[in-house]
Amino acid sequence: MIMTPQDYIAALPLGIVAVTAFLVLLIEAFRDGSVRVTSWLTALGLAAAFFVAMTRVFGAAPGTAFFGMYATGAFPDLMTAVFCVSGILTVLLSSAYLGKEHLVQGEYYAVLLSAVAGMIMMAAAADLVFFFLGLELMSIAFYILAGFARGRLMSNEAGLKYFLLGAFSTGFLLYGIALVYGATGRTAISAIPSHSLALAHSPVFVVGLALVLVGLLFKVAAFPFHMWAPDVYEGAPTTVSGFMATGGKAAAFSGFLLIFSPLALNALPTLSDVISLIAAASMILGNIVAVSQTSIKRMLAYSSIAHAGYILAGVVAGNRMGAEGVIFYLAAYTLMNIGAFGVVSILESGDGTGVTYDECAGLSRRAPVLSGLMAVFMFSLTGIPPFAGFFGKYYVFAGAIGGGYTWLAIIGVLMSVVSASYYLRLVVLMYFKEGTERNSSVSVPAASLAALVIAAIGLLGLGLFPSLLLQLTAWCF
Amino acid sequence: MTPDTLLTLAVATLLLPLCGFVLMIFFGKRLPRQGDWLSTSVIAVSLGMAVVILAAKIGSYGGETLTLNFTWVDLHNVPLIGPLPIILGVAVDNLTAVMLVVVTLISTLVHLFSIGYMHGDIRYSRYFAYLGFFSFSMLMIVLANNLFLLYVGWELVGISSYLLIGHWYEKKSASNAAIKAFLVNRVGDFGFFLGIAMLFMTFHTFGLREIFEGIGAGRLPFESNWWLTAAGVLLFCGAVGKSAQFPLHVWLPDAMEGPTPVSALIHAATMVAAGVYLVARIFPLMTADALLVVAYIGAITAFISATIAITQNDIKKVLAYSTISQLGYMIMGLGVGAYSAGFFHLVTHAMFKAGLFLGSGSIIHAMHNALHHENDHATDAQDLRNMGGLRKAMPVTFWTFVVYTLAICGVPLTSGFLSKDEILAGTLAFGGMSGHVIIPVIGFLVAGLTAFYMFRVVILAFLGDHKDAARFSHLRESPMVMTIPLVVLAILSVFVFYSFNPFDASDSWIVRAVGRPDSVVPPSMAAPSTEAFEEAAHGLHGTAMLLSLSVAGIGVLFAFVTYYWRKINADAVASALGPAYRFLLNKWYFDEIYQAVIVNGTLALSRILRWFDGNIVDGLVNGTGWVTRGISSVSGMFDTYVVDGIVNLTGYLSGVGGLALRKFQTGRVQSYVIFAVLSVMVFYFVFRLI
Repeated sequence: MIMTPQDYIAALPLGIVAVTAFLVLLIEAFRDGSVRVTSWLTALGLAAAFFVAMTRVFGAAPGTAFFGMYATGAFPDLMTAVFCVSGILTVLLSSAYLGKEHLVQGEYYAVLLSAVAGMIMMAAAADLVFFFLGLELMSIAFYILAGFARGRLMSNEAGLKYFLLGAFSTGFLLYGIALVYGATGRTAISAIPSHSLALAHSPVFVVGLALVLVGLLFKVAAFPFHMWAPDVYEGAPTTVSGFMATGGKAAAFSGFLLIFSPLALNALPTLSDVISLIAAASMILGNIVAVSQTSIKRMLAYSSIAHAGYILAGVVAGNRMGAEGVIFYLAAYTLMNIGAFGVVSILESGDGTGVTYDECAGLSRRAPVLSGLMAVFMFSLTGIPPFAGFFGKYYVFAGAIGGGYTWLAIIGVLMSVVSASYYLRLVVLMYFKEGTERNSSVSVPAASLAALVIAAIGLLGLGLFPSLLLQLTAWCF
Repeated sequence: MTPDTLLTLAVATLLLPLCGFVLMIFFGKRLPRQGDWLSTSVIAVSLGMAVVILAAKIGSYGGETLTLNFTWVDLHNVPLIGPLPIILGVAVDNLTAVMLVVVTLISTLVHLFSIGYMHGDIRYSRYFAYLGFFSFSMLMIVLANNLFLLYVGWELVGISSYLLIGHWYEKKSASNAAIKAFLVNRVGDFGFFLGIAMLFMTFHTFGLREIFEGIGAGRLPFESNWWLTAAGVLLFCGAVGKSAQFPLHVWLPDAMEGPTPVSALIHAATMVAAGVYLVARIFPLMTADALLVVAYIGAITAFISATIAITQNDIKKVLAYSTISQLGYMIMGLGVGAYSAGFFHLVTHAMFKAGLFLGSGSIIHAMHNALHHENDHATDAQDLRNMGGLRKAMPVTFWTFVVYTLAICGVPLTSGFLSKDEILAGTLAFGGMSGHVIIPVIGFLVAGLTAFYMFRVVILAFLGDHKDAARFSHLRESPMVMTIPLVVLAILSVFVFYSFNPFDASDSWIVRAVGRPDSVVPPSMAAPSTEAFEEAAHGLHGTAMLLSLSVAGIGVLFAFVTYYWRKINADAVASALGPAYRFLLNKWYFDEIYQAVIVNGTLALSRILRWFDGNIVDGLVNGTGWVTRGISSVSGMFDTYVVDGIVNLTGYLSGVGGLALRKFQTGRVQSYVIFAVLSVMVFYFVFRLI
């Protein structure tokens, strides 16, 4: 077994991210006060991986490397690009935030890079074992990041909770993988569709897949495995919450698209029905509970459960349009959700307390630019054109209708209407209500502003010209 | 030049002003001279490219249409419709190429003129940014090969017009005029939108060529000829709003509250001509009935506004009504089937009317400065009655103004003579063929009225003596940056650029380049064919020329008799004709009627609806909101109390060895886990996966 240079070229984005992680760790270890260097190096490494991945998407044919372990082609590269964007935006938002919160930045960036490396491995997995490896790498990094504000009780609690539930869900996942292996004797992901046809009535295989499903549902925070999400997102440092809610969710959904591909789902209608129910329940629960939240961060946490439901609708559609819609949605969701969490991170006072709706009243007068950007993110999260969120919803719902799940699309549209009440309430408060703290102006650090502007421009660009991304997703399946 | 290069150039022409706008709106204020040079050079480069495009297009491609399409968004399988890729694009045919040059040329000259006119304005850089934004939007209308982009551009020019009319929004009248322009345009745009929607529902495409092909193949909206006529008329509604046609013409005179160069660019030469351009674009799908509507609307507009123009004393108001009247002329030309003539008049009118407005801007600028010198803030700088004798103080403005006036009156050797003669010959032919003789009668009548009111302006403003000697001594010719555009436009109002034969344009390059497209409507519904029409029009050129020259001559003569030699006392005539004069002075009472019927009617309706809203709808909404809030808090409580409670209980009862975990937590993590496990079991038993 000898690895060829082609193998390494195939995994180039992953290599860049991993090497950057090591470099950052070393620089951090041997030089004091090197935060500026490490943060910029992190952003640079992620940007390099992003460009390498993007250049390879168009026209790429699917294949494997590292002896059938590592998948190549348009899908892993496009997802890698999404993860890198999530990472870059988080890095840009983090340095000012961590400073404000008096957190030692130290290994933060190395851990963040490890998480991105794990995500890339998940999207590029051609084998269940490799997928599991990536998932663990990402998850362990997340446990550390969630508890990164060591001095704060909430953060500790978040880290520990996430760790305990994560470990629990890992058990499901691994047990499922073991059963699938036991039933088929193989762990290759590409073999799952054909086995699904042949073994649709084998208890071991179906239960195995169902347990894998549970493990993944935990990671995307879908009902009824969502209960950790509000506590963790609320307790973790805000930029980390944004990162987990976007990059982490996107990575888990790439697992969905790989393992529960349209072919496999069409062979297992019962499993599809389960997923569709879970999707509907996630949309309903996430949206309805989000309405009554007073903390923006907690609202975003519940809304992320709802978004997991929307995206699951695209997964369960079991067709190309739904699958492409999932990728589009994930890209849009990454931009708008990191943007929203980013605005919250800027507004936070630095003493660990969150931001409430009431505190945003009259914000447009104190921070016009920030309010404008937040309004863009809220409109996009609601799914109002011309922002990318609209087309994301369009494609997953239209895919669901095409796949015979019209009722799910109807629930999705109705729930989007409900979601408007809590997203747009914020816009109304910012623009049409008088604030109490009229004199305190909000200072927006340059790097954070850059991240938010990039996100907003991306949302507008993808909303006006969705074909820019759709012609890339067309190569993925 | 390859088609690709040409199309790339066209797209660059479109996008350059947009880039200029983005730079100007964000950084304009910080640039040296507030960035006026940036905006001006950007649009000048666009002009250069447009000229290259025109030369290459007419030179090497003849009547071909070059198209660049892209899939804007592929909606895949849409329920009830099927696969639906939305394909948008740009196309360059001769019509487009000519319009590109007209728009960028006028825009460049207006940019130059504005450097002088707007000097020292409080929002100088924003003004130039908006000019760039307008140019971009207008070029989008010109280049679009589909109704979607056309509509987007249509609304964007509406926005730019709104922003520029309200440039001095501190003035109540300016902000009111901006709102009025926007609202009145909405009325027309609503019809336009319905027309687009109807065609889209039928053909599942926005592409004009595809729609024409569909109609040509016998597919009609709702399978009916009648609805095809309706679609044409609805699309025409957009033109009625944008081109200020009766009954939606009321916004344009008020729009004169904007800076005068804006009036020249948007409200005389380009944006208001977009309606005419639209009718030219959709011409193939217009049935004979739809075209008849177009012709009558044009004729009525031309007549009403020409009569109003006679009585107005504000120089810009006269020009505004004159613009409406001339737009009516073009619309009428298209309606009667004189396609090339209508478009030709759009081009020539753009030059001389932009010139007239810039000339009036030059006058107003000078008047303002003179009044400012005297600290006189009571006298109206735009009132013709305060002018007179300006010829001596402002020779360049005077002579160029005379050239434009000759052009608009249709005096031989000017561009206006050529295009007007073509339209009038067309109306004669139409009247002969269809029996609608009222249209040519109105056409000639308006020609006479135009000559009268335009020479009235020239005489009152420039000839005779100035009323106030002290003020006159302060009147100065405008600076070069303002007079150069005037001279350029005056030169472009001469026949030679359009036709080498000064008396007949039917063989000129421009008329041949924009030949009338073939109709695609079913033959029973179509207007007389191009050949039949041209044959009828051909023999009538001489008659039309003689008639139009005589009525114009009479108009000019009357103007001189009344206002120069003062043989007729205008005031005596006015008081003798009391009611009729007041009727015209008050613009046929359109504003008053609209106020009484539409505005007050809407207010009354809104009071009724408010009652309905407050008493019935609110009740429903509050009820729904109350229920939703209830469910939401119940769910929240369910999450915190019931689920946790049950689970805690289960956990407690089953005595899960949670001691180790309890040291870290308060018990909630276990509950989450157990809730998850229970759910898995429920799913397992409900679905019986195996």
